[in-house]
Amino acid sequence: MEIVKVKNLSTTFGKNVVHDNISFNINKKEIFGILGGSGSGKSVLVKQIVMLNTIQKGTIKIFNKDVSNLSLEQSHFVKKEFSYLFQFGALFSFLTVIENISVLLKEYTELSDDLLEKIAYTYLEIVGLPKDCANLYPSEISGGMKKRVALARCLALEPKVLFLDEPTSGLDPSSTQMINELILYLRDVLNMTIVIITHDLDTIKTVLDRFIILKKDIIFNGNIAEAMNSDNEFIKDFLTNKKA
Amino acid sequence: MKSYGNFKFNQISEDTFEMLLLGSWTKDTLNKNIEELEKLKLSYTLKVNIDFSALKECDGAAFIYLISFIKKFPNENIVIKNLNIYETRFRFYEKNYQENNLKEEIRTTVLKDISKSINKVTHEYYFSFVNFTQFLGKIFFFFIYSLFHPKKIRLKAMFKYIETSAINALFIVGTASFLVGIVIAYQGAVQLEKFGANIFIVEMISITMLREIAPLVTAIVIAGRSASAFTAEIGAMKITDEIDAMRTMDFEPTLFLTLPRIFALIISLPLLVFFADIIGIMGGMLIAYTDLNVSFWDFIQRMQTEVPLKHFLIGIFKALFFGIAIAIIGCYRGFQVQNNTTSIGQYTTLSVVNAIFAVIALNAVFSVIFTQIGI
Repeated sequence: MEIVKVKNLSTTFGKNVVHDNISFNINKKEIFGILGGSGSGKSVLVKQIVMLNTIQKGTIKIFNKDVSNLSLEQSHFVKKEFSYLFQFGALFSFLTVIENISVLLKEYTELSDDLLEKIAYTYLEIVGLPKDCANLYPSEISGGMKKRVALARCLALEPKVLFLDEPTSGLDPSSTQMINELILYLRDVLNMTIVIITHDLDTIKTVLDRFIILKKDIIFNGNIAEAMNSDNEFIKDFLTNKKA
Repeated sequence: MKSYGNFKFNQISEDTFEMLLLGSWTKDTLNKNIEELEKLKLSYTLKVNIDFSALKECDGAAFIYLISFIKKFPNENIVIKNLNIYETRFRFYEKNYQENNLKEEIRTTVLKDISKSINKVTHEYYFSFVNFTQFLGKIFFFFIYSLFHPKKIRLKAMFKYIETSAINALFIVGTASFLVGIVIAYQGAVQLEKFGANIFIVEMISITMLREIAPLVTAIVIAGRSASAFTAEIGAMKITDEIDAMRTMDFEPTLFLTLPRIFALIISLPLLVFFADIIGIMGGMLIAYTDLNVSFWDFIQRMQTEVPLKHFLIGIFKALFFGIAIAIIGCYRGFQVQNNTTSIGQYTTLSVVNAIFAVIALNAVFSVIFTQIGI
């Protein structure tokens, strides 16, 4: 079943063509990668799917609903079904770490503060952060920690679809591995569909089920084995040069 | 067997119960389930078997609640049965389950230790005083330095700030002083007319305007406009690491950011005050003509003979210091901004409040000094 359907999407900024008539689908329970060089419009594409950027030409459907034509009620429904992890976390600076994690549950459910706190502490543990950072503000923690808190915030509402914008950039190798394992776990056990924008070769090789490479057009759509066997030089370079 | 909505409670033997979870345990139904469970007022010494076999739906929040519920009992008193499809998720949440056990410590120490918070506040004040002194010292040092190395003065930046903080402010400064001029003339006119001393409106307006009102009104408008702008600009640069980038390139922020702004206000504030003088007195002249029948020509002639130049010069002299104070405060607060978005707002507010207060305080100090030395 397709969760996200992108059809004939074109995007231009001034004279600069970012997407030229691209189409692809993201299936349920899939870990889907969006790859491409800097400025190839990866973030723009995902932001169009989550209704942050407007669609210039073409259609995007999420849960079989056209995102450029949603009623207020439908949009409320859709927005509770997905979470977006921003590249630098985008934590609310006026809330502490623990409040940031529980903010969604606090807003959308009527659970007691005591239980909310337990839930938040559990998610803090799930993303591998120590308890003593719970009462700190986002300005007081490091970039990598911010990202993990933001991931915990995304998970707290247990969305069906998770959009991750470079989830492992700026993390140390062991944290990267932990996040990668967590991503696999989320897909296997919580049945989440996960869309990842990434440059991390480890993530590409070990986590992604399928990915596309953007370069105005979609120049590749398939899994890692297919990509390595492809005779397109650009794709090979793209996936191997980063080792250096 | 008793049924309570989403679970059944069943006594098996004297001290052993079975709890059969039913239906849906999710974020939306959880509150009701918890309420019912709490109504039972269970003693945590009982033995309970929890059976998941009839459970239809369960999400993370509910798992976490159930785990916290289970943890209240001694380990050996709980038997979990028929987890089946929930096995991996239950074990995952169980493995990662955490409670906040630091809470009590933190709360009690904060409450108990009032002296600690007094210490903290005192230390902060002391620290900010030291910081400000350092900042002033740096400005003074680089001011002298740039006098000997005039090439280091960033003229282009300075002209840009003159444009944004003075030329663009002409309209608001003009309007404000024109209106104040009118108000003073109106109030004065009523009193002077009683004594038939109409012509004294000239001294009254000219002296108050030149000496006090125009410099003060101009400085307050500029404090509101430019101090906030300087703080926000420098603060945003600090958040985006631009200032640290400058330091690594050996661009001294004082030379690049602070001094051009200070020079800009030193130059432009006296000129703005001169402009405000003219417009304010024009407002007064208008009322003198319409209400007291003092013609423009009479007004100007009497001003020339009766109003000494010193009042004008005192106003301009004060404006110079107002300019320095506003620029220094605006920049200082900008450099204090920390790496979070709320602090820009916080320090911008502080900078405007401080700048306006500094202007009023400086004005009072000058007033005392000038009166004491008799000018």
